[in-house]
Amino acid sequence: MSEETITLNVTRFRPGQDSEPVLQSYTIPYRKDWVVLDALNHIKDWVDQTLSYRWSCRMGVCGSCGMMVNGEPKLTCSAFLREYYPNPVTVEPLVNFPVMRDLVVDMSDFMDKLKSVKPWLIREEEKPVSEGEYLQSPAQLGVYKQFSLCINCMLCYAACPVYGLEPDFIGPAALALAHRYNEDSRDQGKEQRREVIASNEGTWDCTFVGECSVVCPKHVDPAAAIQRLKVDNTKSWIKSLLLPKGGRA
Amino acid sequence: MINRPDKAKLYYPHMPATWWLRKRSYFMFMLREFTSVFIAIYLVVFLISLYRLGQSEAAYAAFVDGLRSPGWLAFHWVALLFAIYHSVTWFLSSAVVLSLRLGTWEAPRWLVAGAHIGGWLVVSVAILILYTVL
Repeated sequence: MSEETITLNVTRFRPGQDSEPVLQSYTIPYRKDWVVLDALNHIKDWVDQTLSYRWSCRMGVCGSCGMMVNGEPKLTCSAFLREYYPNPVTVEPLVNFPVMRDLVVDMSDFMDKLKSVKPWLIREEEKPVSEGEYLQSPAQLGVYKQFSLCINCMLCYAACPVYGLEPDFIGPAALALAHRYNEDSRDQGKEQRREVIASNEGTWDCTFVGECSVVCPKHVDPAAAIQRLKVDNTKSWIKSLLLPKGGRA
Repeated sequence: MINRPDKAKLYYPHMPATWWLRKRSYFMFMLREFTSVFIAIYLVVFLISLYRLGQSEAAYAAFVDGLRSPGWLAFHWVALLFAIYHSVTWFLSSAVVLSLRLGTWEAPRWLVAGAHIGGWLVVSVAILILYTVL
């Protein structure tokens, strides 16, 4: 009996050599327990060592193997070949990002935006270590826990047409993380983040397409985070109009 | 420190104008946005009808009579369907925006959306009854 095979159409882009990406077909053995990343690793190890792509943990934690699989943003370590077999599988770099080589995209824009929302705990005054940790109840944790599960895989950016059309948009993951820290009872940095979050490039660029939440492999729900940030910004704006000193003590 | 690649060596993909035809969800999103056009036109027609009502009963009757043409009837049916679609998506979205919590318990989204849609139906039926009775 002949061995079962599957065809992968993989984007190739060699800077200085190709003017634009092209698809290259590879027919490889089919294993029903393989994920798309296994197939790429097989190509890299046995067929074409020049193929470039990112991966690391192989278990949906590091967020580095995000690619377009048959037009959908997916973690290739979680996309099983059996979901596509016997049809060919097309693997492309994440859309909406500049392509560096083959399946590798330039992440620097995302990294800049992530940094701009200050995704870390900000305290007005740090208490000394001797006074112990900042305590938090399960209810306080529950408010933001979902939004803390982001693995920065950028699938949400590939699913977001707004980011594709408006590259200045801060984007789903960065805004979800901003919301995560704003909602953390230990954080006092909401006002420091507001300038970026409430800008045109922040929450107000979002038109609530909602695909960011659909493709998120960790169910972070960035769309919900962004809409809740909009509500928070609006409440803050109304307070600034109605209350003395904008409602700040 | 972020390592930045040589921009000249990058390939910048362009989003085609037909991006919203690529996926059903994108198309439904664009349809949701497009409903606003019909609702805006309906609002203008409604405001004109109020203006005519302010002029005289006869002016209002003449205006309403003009709306009985097949073209205007077709428009109102389409506007009604779009208004229902827009309202349903709006109330479903409200469940995403609103986070109702009681301690560690968070109200499920179906409950929030269901409460909104239920309230909307009750108010709509009440208005319909008032309209037919008065």
